[in-house]
Amino acid sequence: MADSKSKKSKFEKAPIIEPGHTYGSITDKISSIVLTKKIRKSWLIGFSFSFMLLMVFLGSTGYLLMKGTGIWGLNVPVSWGFAIINFVWWIGIGHAGTLISAILLLLRQDWRTSINRFAEAMTLFAVAAAGMFPLLHMGRPWLFYWLMPYPNTMALWPQFRSPLVWDVFAVSTYALVSLLFWYVGLVPDFATLRDRAKNRTAQIIYGTLAMGWRGSAVHWHRYETAYLLLAGLATPLVISVHTVVSFDFAMGITPGWHATIFPPYFVAGAVYAGFAMVLTLSIPLRKVYGLEDFITMRHLKNMAKVMLATGLIVAYGYMIEAFTAWYSGAEYEEYMILNRMTGPYKHLYWALILCNVIAPQFIWISKVQNSVIGLFIVAMFVNVGMWLERFVIVVTSLHRDFLPSSWDMYSGTIWDWATYIGTMGLFLTLLFVFIRLVPAISIFEMRTLVTDSEKES
Amino acid sequence: MKDKTINSSNLANIRQKLNNKQGKAYWRSLEELADTEEFQQYLQNEFPSTPFEGGSGLDRRRFLQLMGASMAFAGLNACTLQPKEVILPYVQAPEEMLPGKPLYFASTFCLGGYGTGVLVESHDGRPTKIEGNPDHPSSLGATDIFAQASVLELYDPDRAQIIKNVGRVDTWENLLAVIKTELEAQKVSDGAGVRILTETVTSPTLASQIQNFLKNYPLAKWHQYEPVGRDNFKKGSQLAFGENVDCQYDFEKADVVLSLDADFFSHIPGSLVYSRQFSSRRKVNHDHVNMNRLYAVESSPSLAGTMADHRLVFRAGQIPAFAAAVAKELGVNVNAPEDFSEKKTWISALVRDLRKNSGKSIVIAGEHQPAEVHYLAHAINAVLGNVGETVKYTKSVEAKPIAQFDSIAELAVDMAADSVDFLVVLGGNPVFDAPANLSFSEKMGRVKTRLHLSLHENETSELCHWFVPASHYLESWSDARAFDGTASIVQPLIAPLYATKSVHELLAALNDNGGKSGHDLVQDYWKNQLPSGAFEKSWRKALHDGLIAGSRYAEKSVRVKKNVNLKIEKSASALEFIFRPDPSIWDGRYANVGWLQELPKPLSKLTWDNAALVSPATAEEQGWENGNVVKVSSGEDHVEIPIWILPGHPNNSITGYLGYGRTLSGEIAKGTGVNINPLRTGSTPWNIESVTAEKTDRNYSLAGTQDHGSMEGRHLVRQADLKEYVENPNLIHEMGHDPDPELTLYPPFEYNGYSWGMVVDLNSCTGCNACTIACQSENNIAVVGKEEVLNGREMHWIRVDRYYEGDIDEPEAHHQPVMCMHCENAPCEVVCPVAATTHSDEGLNEMTYNRCVGTRYCANNCPYKVRRFNFYKYSDYETESLKLQRNPDVTVRFRGVMEKCSYCVQRINSARIDSKKDERQIADGEILTACQQVCPSDAIIFGNINDPESHVAKLKAEHRNYGILTELGVKPRTSYLAKIKNPNPELA
Repeated sequence: MADSKSKKSKFEKAPIIEPGHTYGSITDKISSIVLTKKIRKSWLIGFSFSFMLLMVFLGSTGYLLMKGTGIWGLNVPVSWGFAIINFVWWIGIGHAGTLISAILLLLRQDWRTSINRFAEAMTLFAVAAAGMFPLLHMGRPWLFYWLMPYPNTMALWPQFRSPLVWDVFAVSTYALVSLLFWYVGLVPDFATLRDRAKNRTAQIIYGTLAMGWRGSAVHWHRYETAYLLLAGLATPLVISVHTVVSFDFAMGITPGWHATIFPPYFVAGAVYAGFAMVLTLSIPLRKVYGLEDFITMRHLKNMAKVMLATGLIVAYGYMIEAFTAWYSGAEYEEYMILNRMTGPYKHLYWALILCNVIAPQFIWISKVQNSVIGLFIVAMFVNVGMWLERFVIVVTSLHRDFLPSSWDMYSGTIWDWATYIGTMGLFLTLLFVFIRLVPAISIFEMRTLVTDSEKES
Repeated sequence: MKDKTINSSNLANIRQKLNNKQGKAYWRSLEELADTEEFQQYLQNEFPSTPFEGGSGLDRRRFLQLMGASMAFAGLNACTLQPKEVILPYVQAPEEMLPGKPLYFASTFCLGGYGTGVLVESHDGRPTKIEGNPDHPSSLGATDIFAQASVLELYDPDRAQIIKNVGRVDTWENLLAVIKTELEAQKVSDGAGVRILTETVTSPTLASQIQNFLKNYPLAKWHQYEPVGRDNFKKGSQLAFGENVDCQYDFEKADVVLSLDADFFSHIPGSLVYSRQFSSRRKVNHDHVNMNRLYAVESSPSLAGTMADHRLVFRAGQIPAFAAAVAKELGVNVNAPEDFSEKKTWISALVRDLRKNSGKSIVIAGEHQPAEVHYLAHAINAVLGNVGETVKYTKSVEAKPIAQFDSIAELAVDMAADSVDFLVVLGGNPVFDAPANLSFSEKMGRVKTRLHLSLHENETSELCHWFVPASHYLESWSDARAFDGTASIVQPLIAPLYATKSVHELLAALNDNGGKSGHDLVQDYWKNQLPSGAFEKSWRKALHDGLIAGSRYAEKSVRVKKNVNLKIEKSASALEFIFRPDPSIWDGRYANVGWLQELPKPLSKLTWDNAALVSPATAEEQGWENGNVVKVSSGEDHVEIPIWILPGHPNNSITGYLGYGRTLSGEIAKGTGVNINPLRTGSTPWNIESVTAEKTDRNYSLAGTQDHGSMEGRHLVRQADLKEYVENPNLIHEMGHDPDPELTLYPPFEYNGYSWGMVVDLNSCTGCNACTIACQSENNIAVVGKEEVLNGREMHWIRVDRYYEGDIDEPEAHHQPVMCMHCENAPCEVVCPVAATTHSDEGLNEMTYNRCVGTRYCANNCPYKVRRFNFYKYSDYETESLKLQRNPDVTVRFRGVMEKCSYCVQRINSARIDSKKDERQIADGEILTACQQVCPSDAIIFGNINDPESHVAKLKAEHRNYGILTELGVKPRTSYLAKIKNPNPELA
């Protein structure tokens, strides 16, 4: 870490870009990852591994479409399982991207610059992975379009009271805005790549994607306006998407789902999971590509702090869930929370508390906060914890609901796991392709930081 | 051709051509004969060989035009591949047949020989559903699970289809020849080497055919055997009266009932009627209190025990001594080996209660209890003056009442002595289920010629030379008698699906009358019985009504013999093994019926397997857990069977169900359960006093449908004692928290026409499961298999939940049928994203299968968990014979859609059409849902709750009426009538 800086004052923030960089060095460093001909060995290994997982996804999906959802561990009290758990998990992961790029932009948090591109891509791919699940989850996925309002011969529209229909709108809007936001942010960089590319094909492709960007003042003016508008549009989506996802549960009457705390609790959980995932991915990325100068310790620490803050909100959610169950005096709610804590799935509940409530508290310790490895470990805990949270919410609420006669147990089958791991393949494959073909860090925004840091010094 | 026009030189040519031709030559014109170019041109135009004008010279434009047109026409044709089929209308339509409208024909279903009158629904000539015959005295409109499932048995693709000789396909004619030679050889010895083995016979035609045969072959012998026969009852009747009689009860008149291990709700002759009568005395309301009281003393837990006001559990071997103790108190001259001092108050209260209700009580002995207990029951009924009041005797319904275990033993001895040359086995499966000590299969192997008639090729068929596939009762003529002697005709609904023969046809062959049809044989018999003048008319009436009027046996006056020396001993305290017929597949004959295999057994809720049922205390003591395989040994013999812990089972006792572990069976029965017959001997057919059991290191997974037996303090089944209820009728309501129905932001939906609703009377429901099978049959519900039951994916639309209450060793069991409640504020409706489940303007919660995309949100949001999902393609779309069984009024569901109870909406709509045609309202009771129609105890009532005069509306106004989970505000349309117990105040 930068020793010179820490001498000044212990309250002095670590830089968001290491000193000594010029416009040229930034552009060289970032664009070279994309424009170099050589395929890095580490990239190839990572990509092959991800692609293998993607094949697992295709295989398990093929088998699913052939046989039906019976290959999963679902049954009658527990009609939702891994598919919904994974859907919520992936959507949640996506949230950090939008939050970093949109909300932090509006709040003028400069430090977001070096991670926003990457986080946005992550959002997009996470939404893609998430989007797979509600489709595959259906009994007859080939009829998914019946959930959309379109004029049809049946003269029938979706049933707008159903949160699943809201989901369709929320998630598709989110995916679309995220895509636009990401693409608009990329335009100046595509122009840079076009200009620097030596290969004719690359020039044409990047040139097309740059949509005639010449970097004129008018361009920059329009760009800034559009970007700001999109940020304004994306900001409410961060809140709305997971709120709507939480409605899937909160609108149901199942004990453990029917709770008003769900929207804020889910949004916080999503941001929490998202930042954990950005940490999980950016820590190895900066190491492998030598981007420590751009994604500095300050970024990691800031993200850890956001994680800690949202983690505390989530912990509050757990507390309120238990409190409401007790305070309501409703026997089904009381039983539900007791069953969560002491029933057959109690290990998962307590593991979730360990991962999501206890593990992030280590961030209070400055040693952990300043240690890359330490943050990585905490982030991994949170990743697991947030998956467990969704499992606990979905399964433990359903498996013992109102009539004891229908109580049953649930566990994922090999196909549940294969589909889940397979979507990680989808996500990682897209991510590796992204790293290879698109600048993973915003070049032009980083350049603005150079002037800022020069001013500072 | 060179010549273009006809000229005279051509004519010469033509003449020559004609002359050269052989035979008659036809020609149209001279041009043809000349073969001119004009003619060629003409031919070309008349019969063009190519569609293109100008031969091969096709221009580009024309080509494109034609191609375009072809493509367009091809497109018209391309949408669906139409199946090739021939449609033939009826030249003369059968009487009363309207396509799409079912017809009902009366017939008779038999179990253990005893007949139950049924009405069979026939769609375009296919029997699809069995209903009870309301006019028949042993049905009264109800049926049991076996009758319901028999329609699936008819279409079982694994049924035997062709005659076989030593495994090879053979013909009926060859068989007739063999029978002829065999019998001719026997003629000299008066048939001394011929044996006929049947199951229990009540059929008058069959009995007369056999008698006829025995007349011709006087030394031939007729044996009867079925593993679940009524030997004990017959022996008891011999003990008591010195003759064989049958006994009927009138539970309607009985105020107090004592069951000595008798499960009179399930599968004894008359049990459907007894259920109806018994339940009529449980339908109490605040103003009408005339409730009976049931004391059940039982071993293996049965339905009677769950209905009892006082239940006492003993090991099966203790019950004779207990019965003796009670009888002695009541003044029967009997030695009681044990005085049951710890049950002193119980016995004395019971005795006082019975005495107080002399002439208005019933003591009934279990079919599986020894003859002595039956004697005691007869004697007590006589002492109490019940005979002639609540207990009536008639002559025996069986054609030849014999002790069947003795009969088959005698046959085994004869076979071992090589004195049997020709064995004809008509039905049954003795190789599988004969007592183990007989080594029946070994001895049967010594018989020279063996013939087996059976619905399925089973273990016995495999060991017989000749195998004849039997016709199902729905495809052959026969007759039978009911529990009270009423005779009825078994009328076929369909021509035999395969080359099968009925038992009558085979016996006719033995009687040297091989070609005669079953119809003629049955009719011939009745021609001699019915008034001869108007035979045709009375025959038709018998077929139409489903019974022969006036054939009920007259009451018989009998006197119980006194001073009978009863062998009742104090039972040992060793580990006991109890045999019982399986509640779902009986003695194994229904092992290949998927509906029955998947039917959860009433108390254990197990499917697809039998198990060693033990009490929690015994399991604890022995260290057994559910699924542990134990080796149960009795002497040399042993079986290995998995444990299932059943609360309420007597301690130090194991119950095993018969019928499982078949080695030669259809695909459904394959690999299910364990055969416990190796432990069973003729002397101990129902319980072995002492066995040993040790745990093996194996485990076996058993598929139960209900893992959790406690209600967790939730008021799902509400119950009160009669006294409390009479004092405070609101008691039932006070048990739950019913919200104010006005407590909603939205105005209630208005129902101007009908508003359907249902009431389930928990005080009547015996838990017999008939509703589940009736629903499965009516609504084309798929069978999913054991693996899927283990996965928790059974499809039943109506399930009977079983809850336990109280002490784990002596719990009270409750049955609660649960189906879709058709909630007024249905939580499933609001969450469906595609409006596949919607509310009808008559209050039904309707499921539109072809709109469902399978998000399963509705199932999650259903608090009653009555929605069922097709996780796979469960419905069999391939097997041809099974397609015939389906109800054409109900969609066969495909993979990926949700399904659930519809209140039998197809029946509602059918009644609506009828009422609209007559311009009237649907009358109360006109619509019977399948579960309601089958229910022997009238526990399910459906109707229009908008009509305050309807039965269902009146029941809903009763104090006993309550809804489950009403606190959720879902307003279920199905409500329950609370259970009321009537305990003896002395024992309270």
